[in-house]
Amino acid sequence: MSVPLATVFGHGFFASGPVHTALAVGATAAIVSGTVGVFAVIRGQSFAGEALSDIGAAGGSAAFLAGVGALWGFLASAVGAAAVMELIGIQRPRGRDLATGIVLGASLGIAALLLYLGTTVRSTTGATVTILFGSLFAVDPGTIPAIVAFSALALAVIMLVQRPLLLSSLSPELAAARGIRVRVIGATYLLALAVAVALAALSIGAILGTALLIGPAATALRLTSRPGRAIAIAAAIGMAATWLGIVLAYDSFYWPPRGHGWPVSFFVVALVLMAYLVARLPAMVRRNH
Amino acid sequence: MFHGFMVNAWTVATIVAVVAGIVGFFAVLRGSAFAAHAIPNGSFAGAAGAALIGVNTLIGLGAFSLLGALGISALGRRGRQDVATALTLTLMLGLGALFLSLSNEFAPQVYSLLFGEVLGISSNDVVPTAALAAAAVAVMLLLYRPLMLSSVLADVGEARGISSVAMQLCFLLAIALVTTMTVPVVGTLLIFSLMIGPPAAARSFTDRAGVAMALSVAFALIAVWAAIACSYATNYPVGFFVGSISAASFVVGRAWAAFTRR
Repeated sequence: MSVPLATVFGHGFFASGPVHTALAVGATAAIVSGTVGVFAVIRGQSFAGEALSDIGAAGGSAAFLAGVGALWGFLASAVGAAAVMELIGIQRPRGRDLATGIVLGASLGIAALLLYLGTTVRSTTGATVTILFGSLFAVDPGTIPAIVAFSALALAVIMLVQRPLLLSSLSPELAAARGIRVRVIGATYLLALAVAVALAALSIGAILGTALLIGPAATALRLTSRPGRAIAIAAAIGMAATWLGIVLAYDSFYWPPRGHGWPVSFFVVALVLMAYLVARLPAMVRRNH
Repeated sequence: MFHGFMVNAWTVATIVAVVAGIVGFFAVLRGSAFAAHAIPNGSFAGAAGAALIGVNTLIGLGAFSLLGALGISALGRRGRQDVATALTLTLMLGLGALFLSLSNEFAPQVYSLLFGEVLGISSNDVVPTAALAAAAVAVMLLLYRPLMLSSVLADVGEARGISSVAMQLCFLLAIALVTTMTVPVVGTLLIFSLMIGPPAAARSFTDRAGVAMALSVAFALIAVWAAIACSYATNYPVGFFVGSISAASFVVGRAWAAFTRR
C-alpha cells in the first residue's frame, strides 16, 4: 500500500547537486531564523526583521555593482542599517516603527539607484529579480561555509544573552531594576537579527527571509509559551516547510506549465502560513462554541 | 522639463504627493508604518498577476492591496498586529514570486513596478489616478474626527462608540486606495517612504494636527517635485530621489526639534 517514493521525490532528486545545497542552506536558514524569530515576535520587531531583509537587498545591489560577493553586501548593509535604527530610536516602542520606516525608505531609494546603475553598467536586467526573489536552487555551494559560520555566530550571540534578552523583552522596567542594561541587550539582539536576516535573505531571497523569521516563530508561540520549547518548535516548522517546499518545487517541474518549475519561495511561504493557520484553528473553534 | 510628455508626470506626481501626505499623516500618528510598507509592497504581486492573465495593472494592484488590507485586519484581530502584517506581506510576495516565474517576459517591468517610472505616465493614467485620489481624500475627510480620536486615544474612542477595529480597517482600506493609484508612479517600494518621511518630519515642527497635515502635504510635494526635477536632470531613477529627500526631510525635522527644544 505504500506510495512509491519515486512519485514523491522526482527523478534524480537525491543525486542533484543544487538540491543538496538547497537542503543544507534551507535548514541552516530555518534554524537561525526560528531561533532569532521567536525573540522578534516576543519583542514585536517583525517590522525590523522585514526591513533589514529589504535593506539587505540594497547591499546586495551594491555588491552586484561593485562586483564583490553578494554575501558581504547583504551583511554590511543589514548591520549598518541596524546601527542607524538603534541610533534614531528603535528602543522606544512608540517611535520604533517610525525609525525602522525611515531607514527602510532611504535604503530602498539607494537600492533603486544601485540597481539602475548596475543594470546600466553591466547591461543585464536579471539582477533585480535575483536579489529580491532569490532562489534556493541558485545558491552558490561555495558560500555554504560562510553562511554556516555566520549562522553559528548569530546563534551563539542569542544563546549568550538569552536570559537577560528574554527578561528585557517581556518587562524592560523589571530588567532595568535588576541591573540589566536593556539598551545594550536590545542593540546586541538587533545585531544578531541583522546577521540572521541578511543570511536568510541572501540564500533564499528577501521575501522568504521574513516568512521564515516570523511565520514559524509565531506558530510556535501559539503552541507553547515556554521560550526554549518555542525555539525548538519554530526551527522544526521552518525546516519542515523549507524541505517540503524544496521537494514540491522539484516536483513542480512536471506540473503545468510543463517544463517550468514553480518557485521554491512560493511553496515555503504557503507552507509556513498554513502551519500558522492550523495552529490558530483550535482557538478559533473554541471561541465559536 | 515641462514638455508635453512631462505634463502628465507633474500632474500625477502632484496628486500622489497630496494624498500620500494626508494618508501618511495618519500612518505616522497611528504608528502603522509596517502596514504602510506591507500593503504597497505586497500589491506588487497583483501587478505581476495582472500581467500574467493580461488585464489592466490597476485592477491587479487594486485587488491585491484590498486583499492585503483585509488580510491584515482579519489576522490581526485576535493576534499580534505586526505578526499579522508580516505574514500577509510574505503570502502576497510569495504569490508574486509565483506569478513572476510563470510569466517569463515580465522581468524588465519588475524594476519599474518596484521603483517607479514617473516619466512613462500616459494621459490615460491621469483620470483614474485623480478619481482614486479624490476617493481617498474624501474617506480621510469624512473619517477625520473619529479616526483622529481612535488613533490618539483608542480607549476614549471606544468609550464614545468608535470601534478601533473598524477604524483600523478603514485606515487600511485608505492605504489600499493610495497604493493602487501611486504604485504605477513611484513604485511599490517607494510610495512607502513618501507616506512616512514627510509626515514624520511635519510632526517635528508642530503639535497641531491640522498644521502638521498641511506641512506633511507640503513636504511630500517638495519631495516629489524635487525628485522629478533631479531625475530629469541626471537621468537617475526618480525613486532614489524620492527616498533620499523623504529621509532627509525627517532628519531636518529632527534637527529642528532638537534645536528649538534647547
